[in-house]
Amino acid sequence: MMSFALTRLLRAFATLMLVITFAFSILRLSGDPAIAVLGPMAPAAALNAFREAWGLTEPFWVQYSKYVLSIFAGDFGDSMRDGLPALPLVLERVPATLSLTIPSLILTLTIGIPAGIVAALHRNSLLDRTVILAAVAGFTVPSFVVGLVLVLIFSVTLGVLPSGGQGSWLHGVLPIITMSTVSIGLVARYSRSAMLEVLNAPYIRAASAKGLKWRDVIRLHALPNAILPLLTIIGLMVGSLIAGSVVVESIFSWPGMGRLLIISVAARDLAVVQCILILITVLMVCANLTVDLLQAWLDPKSRNKAHA
Amino acid sequence: MNSAPLMAIRGLEVTFGTSRVVHGIDLDIAAGEALGVVGESGCGKSVTWLAALGLLPGMAATSGSVRFQGQELCNAPRATLENVRGRRIAMIFQDPSSCLNPVRRVGPQLVEAVTLHTNLRGDEAKTEVLRLMELVGIPDRAARFNLYPHEFSGGQSQRLMIAMALAGRPDILVADEPTTALDATIQAQILDLLGRLRRETGMALIFISHDLGAVSQVCDRIAVMYAGRVVETGAVTEIFAHPRHPYTVGLLNSIPRLDGGQDDLLTIPGAVPDPSHLPPGCAFAARCARADETCATAIPPLRGDGAAVACWHAALPNPSLREAALA
Ligand SMILES: Nc1ncnc2c1ncn2[C@@H]1O[C@H](COP(=O)(O)OP(=O)(O)OP(=O)(O)O)[C@@H](O)[C@H]1O
Ligand SMILES: [Mg+2]
Repeated sequence: MMSFALTRLLRAFATLMLVITFAFSILRLSGDPAIAVLGPMAPAAALNAFREAWGLTEPFWVQYSKYVLSIFAGDFGDSMRDGLPALPLVLERVPATLSLTIPSLILTLTIGIPAGIVAALHRNSLLDRTVILAAVAGFTVPSFVVGLVLVLIFSVTLGVLPSGGQGSWLHGVLPIITMSTVSIGLVARYSRSAMLEVLNAPYIRAASAKGLKWRDVIRLHALPNAILPLLTIIGLMVGSLIAGSVVVESIFSWPGMGRLLIISVAARDLAVVQCILILITVLMVCANLTVDLLQAWLDPKSRNKAHA
Repeated sequence: MNSAPLMAIRGLEVTFGTSRVVHGIDLDIAAGEALGVVGESGCGKSVTWLAALGLLPGMAATSGSVRFQGQELCNAPRATLENVRGRRIAMIFQDPSSCLNPVRRVGPQLVEAVTLHTNLRGDEAKTEVLRLMELVGIPDRAARFNLYPHEFSGGQSQRLMIAMALAGRPDILVADEPTTALDATIQAQILDLLGRLRRETGMALIFISHDLGAVSQVCDRIAVMYAGRVVETGAVTEIFAHPRHPYTVGLLNSIPRLDGGQDDLLTIPGAVPDPSHLPPGCAFAARCARADETCATAIPPLRGDGAAVACWHAALPNPSLREAALA
């Protein structure tokens, strides 16, 4: 178990370093922050002064190593737009984002998993076909389309829900629904196939053959086994929900991390963008790490290997 | 066969979509007897018994009659089947390692069977499980109670499955190729175990196999199946001494002999017909040396009492048997 946990931790760290490097290089190679912040009409002297002040004139490798070292010291740099430290600026947006992603995750699990399992139990019935259709529609229609359609119906036409901004809990309804359609669809489909695979396993037939009631066969032998492969998907869902928040927060002008990311990329606000990307990566890596360890702990085969 | 049989199968047919794989099986099982069901892969041995217990997937259509002590099981309501499974008719399968739930400990899975079929609970149920584990020859029982299925070998898993099947003290144990996935020495041990348990418990045993040698070790009677039909039944000794159906003759010739060696091994020429494209006549005709026009056009019925054969050109029964019948 220890060596397993250690390799996973190392892998998580490698992922993080990769993202830091990638974000750092792409942003620096894809445009000049000085022009982005001061505007294309700014005098050359002002641009040069700006570059000098932010250390942009130093060689790439020097900038990179300084940056990585300062991250490990807890310093994520300052925002180029207002000179404030980037980390608090980003952290203050986190609650708003979580107030969308956590309800979406709960909705995803409480709707997606049961829908998939019920569909599998009634394979090829009308119910099953309806679930499949809804699930495929859910994860193929892009979330900005879903969001815009919802706004058209509920805000523009019916006028019952606000189309953007943050205020009462009503403001969260449309963003949360928009955000969860994709993941509910994916989770429903994965749950259905995980359950179907388990239902075809010889131990299910053997459990029926010994006289267990069908309900107990499902409860004692099918559900626990189907949940195990689903854990991986749930880990991935956390990532896709966070990624989805970028789009959803922009549509609904939700003051979260995703919207800050869009604004900061447009403004080439290097420190803020990098800080957000690192934070998102840490969240995703943590989610997957938790899932991996949980799965290893729940699966007797890997648990035994770890003992040996 | 004067007393009513324990189980009577009549005209059992099973169809998957458009392909019929079992074409009217008639079989009687007497209390305590050991019946061997043999035939090449795909002839419907497993499907017949899965259908009898209602264990086939939903897309399989079953018709005919399966009566256990007079109670109809074919297309019976779920509750009826659940009461018969495990308690009256238990079944074990070919691949024992995958028949135990891999994420649950073995002991609790056995306890589940015991609490299902007896009034024992808690420690009493556990004691019963340990007794069953001893009965089937699992060493070091107390320690192994809490292990997971993957920590047992194939042979041990099959012993566990047998223990589980015994929990309900069934009247019939259907063993579907219980030794196919095991190596030779383990096979012999499991065969011995099944034979011993049958003698001790008095349950009937349905032993499904394509190994005629194994069948002759544990069974009193044989039913030979071909392409979804029973083509010959009779006492083991009779069938070995005087096989009447050409297919049975072929099967017997293909048993490897210790003195013979590989060269003497005769295999039946040709292949089993595809269940969805069966010929109008006898399904074996294309592979049969005795076949003529009758065989190509008409399906031979299973004729005879006790010992029966379905062939237009069946060999005559053993002369001593004929005399006994006349006397
Ligand atoms: N679930 C299923 N769906 C469709 N066809 C099936 C299914 N199960 C069995 N069959 C078909 O039914 C026929 C009989 O299968 P069965 O498993 O009874 O053969 P068997 O005699 O037990 O063979 P084996 O010795 O290989 O176990 C085969 O042609 C098989 O392809
Ligand atoms: Mg079979």
